[in-house]
Amino acid sequence: MMTASDNTATSKPRRPTVDLKTLGPAVALLILCIIGFLLNPAFISEGNLTNLLTRSAFIGIIAVGATFVITAGGIDLSVGSMAAAIAGVMIIVMDGAVETLGTGVPTVLLGCGVAVILGIGAGWINGALTTKGKIEAFIVTLGTMGIYRSLVTYFADGGTLSLDFDVRGTYRPVYYDSFLGLPFPVWVFIAVAICGWLLLNRTAFGRYCTAIGSNEAVARYSAINVDRVKTLTYVIQGLCVAFATIIYVPRLGSASASTGVLWELEAIAAVIIGGTVLKGGYGRIGGTILGALILTTIGNILNFTDLISNYLNGTMQGLIIIVAVFLQRSDWKLAGRGKS
Amino acid sequence: MSLETSASAAVIEAVNISKSFGPVPVLFSVSMDIRPGEVHALIGENGAGKSTLMKILSGFHDPTSGQIRLDGKSVSLPPNGASEKLGIVLIHQELNLAEQMTVEENVFLGRELKSHGLLDRKAMRAIVQRHLDEIGLGISPTDRISDLTIAQKQMVEIVKAVSRNARILIMDEPTAVLTEEETEVFFRQVEKLKQGGVGIIFVSHKLNEVKAIADRVTILRDGQWIDTRPSKDLTPDLMAQMMVGRELSDLYPPMDEADVDAEVVLDVRNLVAPSVRDVSFTLRRGEILGFSGLIGSGRTAVFEAICGLAPIEGGSVRLFGREVRHMNVADARDAGLAYLTKDRKEKGLLLDKKMRPNLTLFALPKFVKNFAIDTKAEETALKRAIRRFDVRALDEEITVGKLSGGNQQKLLLAKIMECDPKIVIIDEPTRGIDVGTKQQIYHFIAALAADGVSVVVISSEMPEIIGICHRVAVMREGRITGILSGDRINENEIMRYAAGLKREELH
Repeated sequence: MMTASDNTATSKPRRPTVDLKTLGPAVALLILCIIGFLLNPAFISEGNLTNLLTRSAFIGIIAVGATFVITAGGIDLSVGSMAAAIAGVMIIVMDGAVETLGTGVPTVLLGCGVAVILGIGAGWINGALTTKGKIEAFIVTLGTMGIYRSLVTYFADGGTLSLDFDVRGTYRPVYYDSFLGLPFPVWVFIAVAICGWLLLNRTAFGRYCTAIGSNEAVARYSAINVDRVKTLTYVIQGLCVAFATIIYVPRLGSASASTGVLWELEAIAAVIIGGTVLKGGYGRIGGTILGALILTTIGNILNFTDLISNYLNGTMQGLIIIVAVFLQRSDWKLAGRGKS
Repeated sequence: MSLETSASAAVIEAVNISKSFGPVPVLFSVSMDIRPGEVHALIGENGAGKSTLMKILSGFHDPTSGQIRLDGKSVSLPPNGASEKLGIVLIHQELNLAEQMTVEENVFLGRELKSHGLLDRKAMRAIVQRHLDEIGLGISPTDRISDLTIAQKQMVEIVKAVSRNARILIMDEPTAVLTEEETEVFFRQVEKLKQGGVGIIFVSHKLNEVKAIADRVTILRDGQWIDTRPSKDLTPDLMAQMMVGRELSDLYPPMDEADVDAEVVLDVRNLVAPSVRDVSFTLRRGEILGFSGLIGSGRTAVFEAICGLAPIEGGSVRLFGREVRHMNVADARDAGLAYLTKDRKEKGLLLDKKMRPNLTLFALPKFVKNFAIDTKAEETALKRAIRRFDVRALDEEITVGKLSGGNQQKLLLAKIMECDPKIVIIDEPTRGIDVGTKQQIYHFIAALAADGVSVVVISSEMPEIIGICHRVAVMREGRITGILSGDRINENEIMRYAAGLKREELH
């Protein structure tokens, strides 16, 4: 056996390193909030903060799913279209069920069940095409993005699908009501975030996602079922889209071709701002949630002030994304140590 | 320094070079000089400072103290490979070629010839063709790099260097990935370069090659200059001793006799798989079975198929007496069968991760408690593995890519052993690692076998196959041509079977 005759492994005292990469998004959000407060003290009113959290729930929930896909080295461009298609089918199913199930809770539950099944199914299709079909994720999800988008347009016959008025009444509280002072969408967001964090940071599955994103060959040689894990990340993504759709439908009670447009990019942006590496191998759920909050906060602040036109919301978000990635790129930690 | 290394003849000279990374000293006042038309070998254990010295000589690092003299004048080399303009070219171990571009495009990358503002492809192609002809390399300037073998890629790197009028060529383990035939072709190129007056620094762990090709040898140990001598005054044994600083008579462990009556743990019959045509062999408990043969003879392919990394197309595999079919890697692991890859950087370790997640990745289900990873158990496992395998890292938090090759290999071994396999397949156990670590690994393999674990060693290094194996299977073109034991395990006999001069009828 090998024994350490002269062990040169000097154990340095481990000091808690303040990692700017991890802290960055939190600091950015704090600064944004201070700016918001200075521009208009009403920013921190309870009403506005609740509104802000509720708005960020859609993108936030989807982005938690996207964190898994991206950490494992994939990408999913289809989430926005998927949300629209799921919303469309949900409404069709619920409207059709009014005759038999009435306008009460059973109809809404049926709609939610359909959404979950569709989300899982759509995610599985994306995953199977990338792994078994060996097509690049970018291409696969670019394709399904177009398919889902055109499906919802087709279902709505170019117009809008509207939920039955009475069902809408039953379903409405899911978006508009609160529990312990927080709206339901925020609770769903919190639950998804906690589950996501535990799954990515505490389970073998999360470790496998990171390993695959870091080096797929190493993962394969380390007895990881790479295809299954990758497919599962897309299924998780689909499930997250289903949850987001379930809380989104009661907001307007309708779906059209313009539902969920650009959500995929906002979700990816939230993930990247949060510090997850786009090429995979390193993922942070906490960062993703901060990223989603940052994106929503920018829009919210612009609504509050006349300084910058609200139409420039996209510009501000774009700038934040670029600055965030730039700050991650320049290695703050290494700057003082010299190259090795 | 002795008289014969007088500065006047040298093209480039390192004088009393010291180098520290932060507070960590790596080189202590090392001197070395390279004359035109000589091959100067630089040898030492992993971590002796060879890479650092090479990088200083080519301008990738600045020395902390001491000076570099070029043609007798003290210079400060430009950084990041710009010293190529001064005729100093470093060929990295990981070759630096654009895979999707052609040979010609690679050779002229960054200094393309132009006429009237457009690329002058004709002229460039002619020049590259001339260089290829000189070397006698049977490839075309329009071939894509990704279609070439590793040896050919290496030649392209050399052509690239030569076409840039290199005066000093620094090569980091150029022969590590070459077959013996390819190595010979490579050495002929080196001879030609020598005649052209190019000075060559050659780093290698293969001491026989050093003896064969080098004019002078410089030995480093722990960052110190030990000696510079003409290679005719040295033997491989002496070099190894000077590198390690102690006698290495016990490089190979004493071998226990194999128990011929021990149970058969792995019985492979007429296996057909990608690159494997028809392979049958048995492995007994506590046995060390060597797999020899030329690179590409199908040795790795056999075990990738058995371990679920490649499909089995025909034949049967019996593991502990039970027929197994369509195992995936996890099934194989759970059955007690583990494969340790020869490609530790690409397939073995996550270089951007720390030691802990790397160590436990293969056996991760073992570390799951209540659906969550038990990080305490992981920490304990890491401490134990560091002790057991003598992994030397400055800091447990270091990313694995920063460990030396030998320590990476030990960590990879620890990773595979974490699932307590009954059968271990170790592919090229000592590729690119120093002689001290080699010795540790050989002793470890012997200890495993003594504990009743069966070990398969796939190796291109004949001495280690002969030194540690009970039996040796020799492969050629996807088939086993002979299984040798006892006195028949010798270099001559193995070579004959590997080259197809001999073949035995196997039951």
